[in-house]
Amino acid sequence: MYDKSISKKASGFLFSLLLFVSWSVQASPKIETWKTSKGTEVYYVHAPELPMVDMEIVFDAGGSRNGDLPGLAALTNGLLSQGAGGLDADAISNGFESLGAIYGSDAGYDYSSVSLRTLTDEPLLAKAIENLKLVFSKPDFPKDALERRRARTLIGLKAKQQSPGAIAQDAFMKAVYQSHPYASPNDGTEKSITVIKREDIINFYKNYYVASNAMIVIVGAVDQKQAKQIAEDLTSELAQGKKAEPLEKVKDLEKADTIFIEHPSAQTHILVGQPGLMRGDPDYFPLYVGNHVLGGGGMVSRLFEEIREKRGLSYSAYSYFSPMRFNGPFLASLQTRSDQVDEALSVLVENIKQFIETGPTEEELIAAKKNITGGYALRVDSNSKILNYVVVIAYYGLPLNYLDTFNANVEAVTIDQIKDAFKRRLTPDKLITVMVGSSEEKQEEP
Amino acid sequence: MKDNRPILKITLLALALIMPGLAAAKVHEYQLDNGLKILVKEDHRAPVVVSQVWYKVGSSYEHDGITGVSHALEHMMFKGTQKHAPGEFSRIISENGGNENAFTGSDYTAYFQTMEKSRLKISFELEADRMRSLTLPKEEFLKEIEVVKEERRWRTEDNPQSYAYEISMATAFQTSPYRFPVIGWMQDLDQMTIEDLSAWYQKWYAPNNATLVVVGDVVADEVFALAKEYFGSLPAGEPITMKVLNEVDQIGAKRVKVKRPAELPYLMMSYKTPVVEAGSEEGDDWNREPYALEVLAGIIDGGNSARLASRMVRGSEVASAADAGYRMASRLDNLFMFSGTPAKGKSVHDLEVAFRKEILDLQNHPVTEAELQRVKAQVVSSDVYEKDSVFYQAMTLGTLETIGLSWRLADKYVERVKSVTAEQVMEVAKKYLVDDRLTIAELDPLPMDKAAKRPPAGGMGHVR
Repeated sequence: MYDKSISKKASGFLFSLLLFVSWSVQASPKIETWKTSKGTEVYYVHAPELPMVDMEIVFDAGGSRNGDLPGLAALTNGLLSQGAGGLDADAISNGFESLGAIYGSDAGYDYSSVSLRTLTDEPLLAKAIENLKLVFSKPDFPKDALERRRARTLIGLKAKQQSPGAIAQDAFMKAVYQSHPYASPNDGTEKSITVIKREDIINFYKNYYVASNAMIVIVGAVDQKQAKQIAEDLTSELAQGKKAEPLEKVKDLEKADTIFIEHPSAQTHILVGQPGLMRGDPDYFPLYVGNHVLGGGGMVSRLFEEIREKRGLSYSAYSYFSPMRFNGPFLASLQTRSDQVDEALSVLVENIKQFIETGPTEEELIAAKKNITGGYALRVDSNSKILNYVVVIAYYGLPLNYLDTFNANVEAVTIDQIKDAFKRRLTPDKLITVMVGSSEEKQEEP
Repeated sequence: MKDNRPILKITLLALALIMPGLAAAKVHEYQLDNGLKILVKEDHRAPVVVSQVWYKVGSSYEHDGITGVSHALEHMMFKGTQKHAPGEFSRIISENGGNENAFTGSDYTAYFQTMEKSRLKISFELEADRMRSLTLPKEEFLKEIEVVKEERRWRTEDNPQSYAYEISMATAFQTSPYRFPVIGWMQDLDQMTIEDLSAWYQKWYAPNNATLVVVGDVVADEVFALAKEYFGSLPAGEPITMKVLNEVDQIGAKRVKVKRPAELPYLMMSYKTPVVEAGSEEGDDWNREPYALEVLAGIIDGGNSARLASRMVRGSEVASAADAGYRMASRLDNLFMFSGTPAKGKSVHDLEVAFRKEILDLQNHPVTEAELQRVKAQVVSSDVYEKDSVFYQAMTLGTLETIGLSWRLADKYVERVKSVTAEQVMEVAKKYLVDDRLTIAELDPLPMDKAAKRPPAGGMGHVR
């Protein structure tokens, strides 16, 4: 799966031997691309070792396009498999499961997708693909299925209300993104879910689940010819449509804000952050490597060391940049017993401020680079991980050699670049702080 | 259902055809003189290797007063040895591009690193070092036990469903140590001492109580030689005799209500069930029941076309979520659990009635051929999908070996599940899904108003 140049006519033994050698030279999956006759872009990686294939059809149809109906994208995406081409949800799911195939669907802020994992033996493969195609090409959006999903989503929203972490996450996004679509929860609000009509869903589907607004990623044991036919077949029943309109960018925050939400929990969840960076951002590598030192490096980061190792204040303590189409969040977080919130918050914020001011030490930078580059092989060691990377490369238009150049880009980062990028991109006096917990817990237990 | 039959026949034929081509990768087994067992599986798809050290100890080895000690010790395994200062283990692995962590369950404590293949010796050197030479500094422990308590608050105290699950287990099991939560009761964590951990470490951490599992782009004999070099000189520990702590026979249904601030009710119905027996990997004299229960679980909850989704989430729409889970592999007898959240306008009682209706159906009518074939097709395909992850493959071997079964059972799983008949499924439903084996736990939500406060579990409160 890592080197297509090797002749497939080579004998089995020789083939595997050559493949083995090729790894040490070229460890990145080779991505091939083309367009179907309807213009849908296809990204393909040949992975012949296991008799299985993964495919994901990505539509520019994420929650950012919900308009004033948060949850619309997720509801539409979830309903695809609940009735299509006259088949009901039982028949559709049995259509996959009786083959041993797995259907998946996902709706994020930026894009929505459907996916399939199946064995490649016929007729399993052909049948699974036929079923997948039906789901996203001919959905019926049955009324009873909509009402069932609506009720289930409302229960899901209630479930979030008993989780301080989920409440904090929603409040954080709302405070950081204000009027931008990223501010609304992907699964919607009680109000929006209650008022969404079947017509809204059908329109959303018609606008965005179209060939011109789709991408296909295929990773597995199908050869290029098969992959071309699969992609062609998958898009054959999709309306041509057009590409989705551009969306508004994220605005920088104007001022700091602190939000406290009362909750009857033993711990208080603390989230601190701002809008961060986007996919393909010129500051991506300095911010990524820098954050690895600050709070991204698992059990060796500064936040982990200062908050957990030195002070025992929290089980988890971390920070991340989540790059999205527009500036996704920079978030630093911990959870602690409610009577030690003040101490924990101050250690968290002081460490962020100090890092923006002084950046990493030479020693820290070297250690971070060693971890990131030395762990490269682990990032692409399975079909499912490769699929995830290729979806990101495809959707966000990253260069096809993104994975090949990843280590070199990490190696090239300097302390000055990190300091410069952190200073320009994070503004400590405009940080959003969200806390969810019990203010009463600050008193001693009776 | 009828319409699906021809498709399924073709399906099965295709599955039969691919099976021989998918010969299971060979597992190489070794043992060092000090008792350390080593399992190696070569997987040359990518230049990575996962290395896991499994110890036969976990919360089911614990007793009242020290619950959570296995897990607390797992945390302290990162806090230094005679050779390496606290935190150095993680720094070294990190600088070598590794992913690492550890996990504790009721039957095991395991430590793992995933690395680029040339770095395996780094993992061996560090794991061998901490197997016998942990320093367990008291000042580190005093901080770390606070971290563990935060972990407990995060996982259990502030999660109403986890909290109810904990009480459900403690109610279902009377003498079996599965009644203890892995993370421990809060009052035990409050009173835990470094001496408790030290004694636990001395007793259980030794090569003769451990299994080293390595899966990845390696050569088995080279791994064995490397393991011998690093682990070979470790002294064996004293042989350990364990008291038998089987669950006593249950003599009637149990019911418990958990009142906790929450938004949604939640129901768990747990039936005591047998697990796969040790020594059953060879020959023909093995108990079919666990495999029939496994198929039963697949029939009712093996996907969106399975009965619970089809009949309870859709169909009658009594449930917003309805799940079933069976633990077929564990050291001691375990549970078959139904759980769910009622749909809006439905009660926990309605949900219980619906689950019971499904159980009655399983007891009185054989499952259909189409359902059986669907479950079997899923088992066959999962067996392929699981090979996409070296970590998962290592987990399977390590788990089986550590709970006292044999890794060889992994190779028998598909074939044995495929041999299950509709009659066998009906028989286990009749025998095990009965009231005398049942524990019902219900989360009864208290209002989430601002004044409401979740009392800490364990009765003693936080020590500050």
